[in-house]
Amino acid sequence: MKELNGVIAACPPSGIRRFFDIAAEMDDVISLGVGEPDFVTPWHVREAGIYALEHGYTTYTSNAGLPRLRQLICADLATRYGAVYEPDGECLITTGVSEGLDLALRVLLNPGDEVIVPEPCYVAYAPCVAFAGGVPVSVPTRWEDGFAVDSDVVAAAIGPRTKAILIGSPANPTGAVQPRAALEALVRLAEQHDLYLVSDEIYGRLTYTSPHTCLGTLPGARERTVLLGGFSKAHAMTGWRVGWICAPASVAELCVRVHQYTMLCAPHVSQLAAVEALSGPDDAVQAMIADYDRRRRVFVKGLREIGLDCPEPEGAFYAFPSIRTSGLDSETFAEQLLRTEHVAVVPGSVFGPSGEGHVRCSYATALPLLEEALCRIDRFLRSL
Amino acid sequence: MTGLPVAEVSEAIATWERSGAIRRYKAVVDWDAVDEDPTSETVTAFIDVSLAPARGVGFDDVAARIARFDQVRSVHLVSGGHDLRCTVTGRTIRAVSDFVSQKLATIDRVQATATHFVLKTYKRDGDAFTPPEQDHRLPVTP
Repeated sequence: MKELNGVIAACPPSGIRRFFDIAAEMDDVISLGVGEPDFVTPWHVREAGIYALEHGYTTYTSNAGLPRLRQLICADLATRYGAVYEPDGECLITTGVSEGLDLALRVLLNPGDEVIVPEPCYVAYAPCVAFAGGVPVSVPTRWEDGFAVDSDVVAAAIGPRTKAILIGSPANPTGAVQPRAALEALVRLAEQHDLYLVSDEIYGRLTYTSPHTCLGTLPGARERTVLLGGFSKAHAMTGWRVGWICAPASVAELCVRVHQYTMLCAPHVSQLAAVEALSGPDDAVQAMIADYDRRRRVFVKGLREIGLDCPEPEGAFYAFPSIRTSGLDSETFAEQLLRTEHVAVVPGSVFGPSGEGHVRCSYATALPLLEEALCRIDRFLRSL
Repeated sequence: MTGLPVAEVSEAIATWERSGAIRRYKAVVDWDAVDEDPTSETVTAFIDVSLAPARGVGFDDVAARIARFDQVRSVHLVSGGHDLRCTVTGRTIRAVSDFVSQKLATIDRVQATATHFVLKTYKRDGDAFTPPEQDHRLPVTP
């Protein structure tokens, strides 16, 4: 047989998979390895989905997505962050941020174009760049700096083929929120070198210590920023697969063009549920955010008490403690912890070389389970 | 939860307890989930009461009089076809019926009552007595 696609064949499978397989065989696992809310979608949103099914909204929508949903998204961005996007022409509905990221990179990149990706970062960033024909160029961030992106390090990585910088804030896996000054420095770099900025803001509403900075609102950023967002995290709607892209019309138009040939549209029922998520009461979302914050404070305090140094996670729902005192690398630590104490965490190395020496712990887990997990991790550390 | 220091929250609670803003603390029990003990079984009914108002007091005096009965768990003045909506509990249907016919209906200015016995409780005071949501997530996801 002829060779399959070399880029895809060369892409290693996600390092998370192995831990899933081990954990799946155990029945008393406390999983801190889950990258999605433990809440079910708020009932009024589910009810809107049921209503949509009952009334037969089972068809395609327009390629860009329901006009009402695009209007609501743009209005929400405007009131929440002061970001101004036109529902017609600068906004499209995607099948989750995952599709949005894929579309954005395919539209921005020509073969061989480089994308600077600060790491540790979400596992899909570098593979999506490669699948789009680009070359991911990782730049490290340091936990001593709270994983803030150092613009000097980024500047040193910029070459003649550099096309874009891809950044997620608040971040999976670190929970880090990029300081406004760090983002402003990136915008200045992007202006100097005529680069695009791809900003994954799926965790934008999950910030606990300061308001979220929407990259598209920074001076000079809007014309070169592709903003990605969605409903999965804040609205606990991971399985509905609804996200969005807001970008300058030239970029958004081409995103719609790829989307219309590959995806056609995001699921109609899910789009109608998302309309309810934005037009209905926000109480459930605010209650979930408050709950994450409560767990965050308890869990981070607990990690520090059992001797794991943990940078303050200011957003998302992840803690990224240092496990260097254990003397183990992150993969060994995660595997031994899972096998001996049945606590699943994700090794930091999965998210890039700078993640080594850390493990990702999701606190999208009920408080009593977090407390039990802390006891088990403590016992594990003492046994080393 | 509140973002306030523990001492501040304790002081606020103590103040409300002293002023009577917090009346008492109670458990919210799903009695259907408790093993059935025939001696502890209770019957609940909602009673709609129509009243003749009186000059100067409206419905307040009769409502207060009804509220004094231990069998009466709640009394609200409501809009609609009746004036008061009361919750009444008793050990048996007969006990509730007797209370309504002999005590409640015979109060001066009570013109009519309509009794609705509770057959099953699905939610009370914001607590749903339905099975908890299942966690359908995979154990490890990106």
